[in-house]
Formats: sequence, C-alpha cells, structure tokens
Amino acid sequence: MSFGRDDVLLRVENLEKHFEVDEGWIASLLQSVSGGEPDYVHAVDGVSFEVRRGETLGLAGESGCGKTTTGMSLVKLHEPTGGDISYNDKRLSEVDKAGMAEFRQNAQMIFQDPFESLNPRMTVYDTVAEPLRIHDIRNETARVQRALEFAELLPAEQYYDQYPHELSGGQRQRVAIARALVLDPDFIVADEPVSMLDVSLRAGVLALLERMTEEFGLSVVYISHDLSLLRHMCDRLAIMYMGKIVEKGPTDRVIENPQHPYTQALINAVPVPEPDIGRERVELQGEVGDVIDVPSGCRFKDRCPEYIGDVCDGAIPPLERKSDIEGEREHEREVACHLYESAEGHDPYAEVDGDGTAAEAGAGGDAERASADD
Amino acid sequence: MAQEERTTQSIFTDVEDRTSSEEINKWERTTRLWRETLREHWGLLTDELSVKLSMLVVALFVLVAIFAPWIATNPPLQRQYQTEDGILIAKWVEPSILGGNSEYILGTTAQGFDIFSQLVYGTRAALLVGLIAAVFTAGIGTMVGLVAGYYGGTVDDALMRIVDFLYGMPLLPTVIILVALLGPSLWNIILAVIILQWRATARVIRSQALSLRERPFVKAAQVAGASDWHIISRHLAPNVLPLSFLYGSFAIAWAILTEAGVSFIGLGDPNTVSWGTMLQASRAYSALQFGAWWWFVPPGVCIGLLVISGFLIGRGYEEITNPKLQ
Ligand SMILES: Nc1ncnc2c1ncn2[C@@H]1O[C@H](COP(=O)(O)OP(=O)(O)OP(=O)(O)O)[C@@H](O)[C@H]1O
Ligand code: SF4
Ligand SMILES: [Mg+2]
Repeated sequence: MSFGRDDVLLRVENLEKHFEVDEGWIASLLQSVSGGEPDYVHAVDGVSFEVRRGETLGLAGESGCGKTTTGMSLVKLHEPTGGDISYNDKRLSEVDKAGMAEFRQNAQMIFQDPFESLNPRMTVYDTVAEPLRIHDIRNETARVQRALEFAELLPAEQYYDQYPHELSGGQRQRVAIARALVLDPDFIVADEPVSMLDVSLRAGVLALLERMTEEFGLSVVYISHDLSLLRHMCDRLAIMYMGKIVEKGPTDRVIENPQHPYTQALINAVPVPEPDIGRERVELQGEVGDVIDVPSGCRFKDRCPEYIGDVCDGAIPPLERKSDIEGEREHEREVACHLYESAEGHDPYAEVDGDGTAAEAGAGGDAERASADD
Repeated sequence: MAQEERTTQSIFTDVEDRTSSEEINKWERTTRLWRETLREHWGLLTDELSVKLSMLVVALFVLVAIFAPWIATNPPLQRQYQTEDGILIAKWVEPSILGGNSEYILGTTAQGFDIFSQLVYGTRAALLVGLIAAVFTAGIGTMVGLVAGYYGGTVDDALMRIVDFLYGMPLLPTVIILVALLGPSLWNIILAVIILQWRATARVIRSQALSLRERPFVKAAQVAGASDWHIISRHLAPNVLPLSFLYGSFAIAWAILTEAGVSFIGLGDPNTVSWGTMLQASRAYSALQFGAWWWFVPPGVCIGLLVISGFLIGRGYEEITNPKLQ
C-alpha cells in the first residue's frame, strides 16, 4: 500500500439532510388528506467536500447552521436524504454488510458533552472495551489499557472500575477519546470536543487530540464555533451557513484573507484568537434566515453588507473557484458568492435574466460542479 | 512525511504479542461490579428507618408464607368441630387470645374455619398475587416501553395505541368478564391485574427510552456499530432498570389491593383462602353485627401492612434512584 498525502479518504457529494417538521399526527393526517407537502428543516442542504488521509478539516459556522448534522451524517448516524458519502472510493449507500462493518470500525465520533457521552452505568473499562466486543476483536484488555494510556489516564488500571460520575469533565472526555481510538480508526469527527470543558482543561485535551491526529495519521473533522481553535488544529477550513458551505480553503488563507462576506463577518466577530480563552458566542448582525422555507438565491442576502441586487436574490451562488481571487494557494479556495468571477465559466446573471427557473438552474449548476471537479 | 506517519501509526501494533493471561476475567469482574452496585443500593435504601421497618414487615410475611403449613394450626378450609365425633360445627368460636375458652387463637368463622390458619394461608395468596403480577407487570411494561421508545415511528405508534386502549378498560368489568369466561380462580385475577397494569410501566419506560436513545452515549455505541439489541440491552435497560423496579414494587401493592377488592365483591377463587375472601365471608355472615371483629380486622390489618410496606419501599427506592436519573 502506498498513498500520498492527497489521497481522498472520504468524499462527500452534495449531501443533504432534511428533517421533517413534526407537527403532531393530526396535522400530518390532515396534510395527507389534503395532499399538502410536509415541511422540512433544511439542516444540511447540498454540501460537498473531501477529507484526505491524515488531513484535518474544520467545520465552522453559527449555531444551527448544520455542523453537527453534517458530522453525524459523516459517521452514518443520519441517513442522508440526498447525495452520498464515499469511503475509500466506495459509496456508503451501496456498500454491503461487511463493508458497513469495516466503515463502522474506521469512523468514530467524539461528542461535545462529556457528561452525556458516557453511559452512567458503565465503567470506564466496559465503555472503552465495548467497540472491541462489538467487532469481536481479541486482546481486549491490552488494547483498552493502551488506549487509556494514550489518553493519558494513568495508571490505566486505576480507571477500569470507575464510573463516569467519579471522573472530572476532562477525564471523561479522555475516556471518550480512548473509546474512539481503541478500534484504531482512520477517521474521526470531533464535534466541539472541548467547548463544554473547563477553560483550564481545554489545552490539555486539545494537545491530546493533536497528538492523536499525528500519531495515528488520522483524518479528523473538527466542528466548532471557535475559529481560533480551528485555526490552531486544522489544515483546511469550511465555513457553513444555513446548511451550505459558503467558503472553503486552506485554514490560514480563509482566516487571514476571508473572501465571502459571511466569513468576514464571522472572523470579525471572534474576539480573542487564542485557543485557551473561553469560547464567546459569535454575534452577528441580523437574524439567521428561515431553514424551513429557505430564501431564494443567496441565503445570506438579508444580512449581507455587500448585497449586489437581483443576482443575489435570484441565483444560488454555487461553491466554486473564483478567477479574481489571487494569491498563493488560491486555487484551493472555493467561495459561494456572486461578488467574484467564476473560474469555471458559470454565469449567474444569465440565470436571473432568463425565465423564472433561476433556482433550478442554480441547483443544477451546483450538482454539475460537484461531479465535474472530482 | 506520509511514510513517517505510517510507521508510528498504531499504538496497537504490538498488542498481539501480549499473552492472553493478562485478559481480565469477565465473569468475576461482572459479578463483582454487580455486587458492589447492589451493596451500594442496599446501603442507601436501608438508610431510612421507614424502609428498614417495611423490609422487616415484608420479610416476616415472606417467612409466614413459606412456612405456612407449620405455622397454621389447622388446614384453612377444613371445618372445625366442637367434639371428636364431628357432629357440632365449631361456629363463631371466640379467640383464645381474648380469653375465649378454645384452642383457636383467633377463633373460628361462621362456617367453622380456623381464622388464624386462614390468615396464615392468606399470606401465600397475597404474596403470590403480588409477586407474579409485579414481575410480569414490570417485565412486560419494560420490554414494550424500551422497544416502543427505541424504535419510535410506527412501532411506537402501534404499541402506544394498545396502551391507550388498555387505559380505557376499567378494572372491575374486565375482571368480571375474565372470570365469567375463564371461571373464578386466583390466576384469572393475576392475569387481569397484569393486563391492566403493564400499561403504566410501559408508558414511563417508553418516555425514558425516547430520551435515552438521543443521548450521545447511545450515539457513540451506534457509531461503533452496535446492533439495536445491543443498545437496548446494554445501554437502555440498565438505565431504566431502577424505574422498572420502582414500578414493580408499586405493582405488588396494587395487585394485593386488587385481589382483596375483587375477592371482597365475591369474584375471588372459592378454593383459595386469601385475605380478600376472608373479608368477603365476614361480610356475607354479618360479622360486624355479631361483634366478631377478630374475623375481619386481622386480614384488613395484614393487607394494610403489606401494601403500605410495599409503597414505602418503592418510595425509598425512588428517592435513591431519582437523583441519578436526574
Ligand atoms: N433530529 C432533528 N430533527 C429535526 N431537526 C433537527 C434535528 N437535528 C437538527 N435539527 C435542526 O437542524 C438544524 C441544524 O442543526 P445542527 O445541530 O446540525 O446545527 P449546529 O451547527 O451543530 O448547531 P450548534 O452550533 O448549535 O451545535 C437546526 O435548525 C436544528 O434545529
Ligand atoms: S451572493 Fe450576494 S448576498 Fe450572497 S454573500 Fe455574495 S454578495 Fe452577499
Ligand atoms: Mg452542534
């Protein structure tokens, strides 16, 4: 086996996850009688990206923009309502039982709340050993011990019989990390891994996560509000807004020279760029739009300081390379905004000037682009 | 660079070299953990005086039920006669503990049955009804609740409609119909109690399961590839178990009360002695008017004691488990 740094481990294509709005059974009954369409929350609405081997990717954005839903879809906690995810070039929607088991062994998740992510009635040992039992892997004790030692819970034996309520938040998150690592995965989603921890404990857990990424050669998707944290941890960054990625590219480029108006607002809202300072709430002007009845055109238009009229209103800006953003490594950056010139010859103005099918044309263009740039 | 990463990639690479003698003995460990948990719960439970006393009462009744044939002075449904030749039935005999001139501690009934012996054997019926009904109530309710809550959707809808339907069924008409269909027996009363009681447990356990399945530790198990059964049995069940026990202990009390009530209105098993049938007989023969309070007060007191003890133990358990369930 030989693979370079740019090998794609996970490819997400036009992923969609819509949740049906639960209005109770009377409403849904009436709806089915009257033939009306149920409402959907467009939690994730067509995102495409890839995660390469050994790469760390950050997902940032305001609360409710769909970061967790994306992360959970990546580890198959959600069945996507559209699009697909490929792992090692195999589409997960088509994979057989054995393939799924292999994926389950290799994709793990670390959750935000260490007080909720461990079963209160299971000891540390049983928690960490559980994935091994599920996959029938031998040498349970030795592996559990190694994983706990790696997570710096020392001496490991002392933790075996402890229950979560006997541990501190930092220790719990370390147990959760040990559980994620015990199967020797190649891909981990870390959803706000330190945001619930005491500020004093964060640096330690972050250092552990960094060591984990390096020593295991792991691909990690970090989800956070905190751009300074992501800047510290990630090779690449994707900024989400209302279920879509609005900008993605190398972390330092995106943070030092943001192009999308939303990214710019988000970065300006970060008060102190240090990972061990508490996470402040990102406060932007205006309200996030309606995720059930999504606006036409650009979803950021109502809050956008750069709004340039009809084209923003009528044409969905596809996430694409731009020809008029210049600089080092700019070919790796993609932006979804009409302020910039498409590098792929896509002309949004044609859509608005034409008939009323702007939205369709936009979506179609998006899908084409996703398949074209593989 | 990639090459370098590969070589240090796994901390588990030499794990295979270890001998399996270091493997932890699973059974030993599991039993030890269970013992510790039980001891802890027991310690917390018996901390309270009322619970301790209730346990004592229940333990006494259990002993009486087990050793009933040795404690009872006569078979409960054997008529007693005044003389050896068996002509004159010993009716309305006054209790010897009240200075009555007889061998019957609590006297005899209008039919000539030994009240004390009936009381002793009645303990058996009460505990039988209580325990069997409780085990099935808690067991069925927990299973149904877990399945409905974990799977949600149509499974949940279907099971909960059954529960709703059962909520519409009143106790007495149901028992009357069952007894009419199957004939009067203790088992039909137990059956009726189970049919009408598991619904409450199922509802509570379902709502617990609904919230548990969204908890990240369940998600983590799903990410690791756990099957539905694995999650229900290892993650949901242990977390709802205290609640099942709680509902089980309340069910004991309810079942005993129900049996007494049903027997009292004359739908009991004529071939089994229970505290309820004793009360019913005492009423039928107007024991109250005759001033024979020793016929109906002892079974009443026994019912009260056992039921109150059951509730107190349940309450005590609720108090120790609730902070942990949040
Ligand atoms: N199971 C669900 N059912 C219905 N709607 C959901 C569900 N999960 C998430 N949503 C909705 O989808 C949207 C995206 O939620 P998500 O949790 O992915 O956001 P997030 O970016 O992780 O936010 P936060 O930063 O607050 O964690 C929200 O509007 C949320 O209400
Ligand atoms: S497309 Fe228009 S509204 Fe949207 S971010 Fe760009 S300029 Fe603003
Ligand atoms: Mg989230």
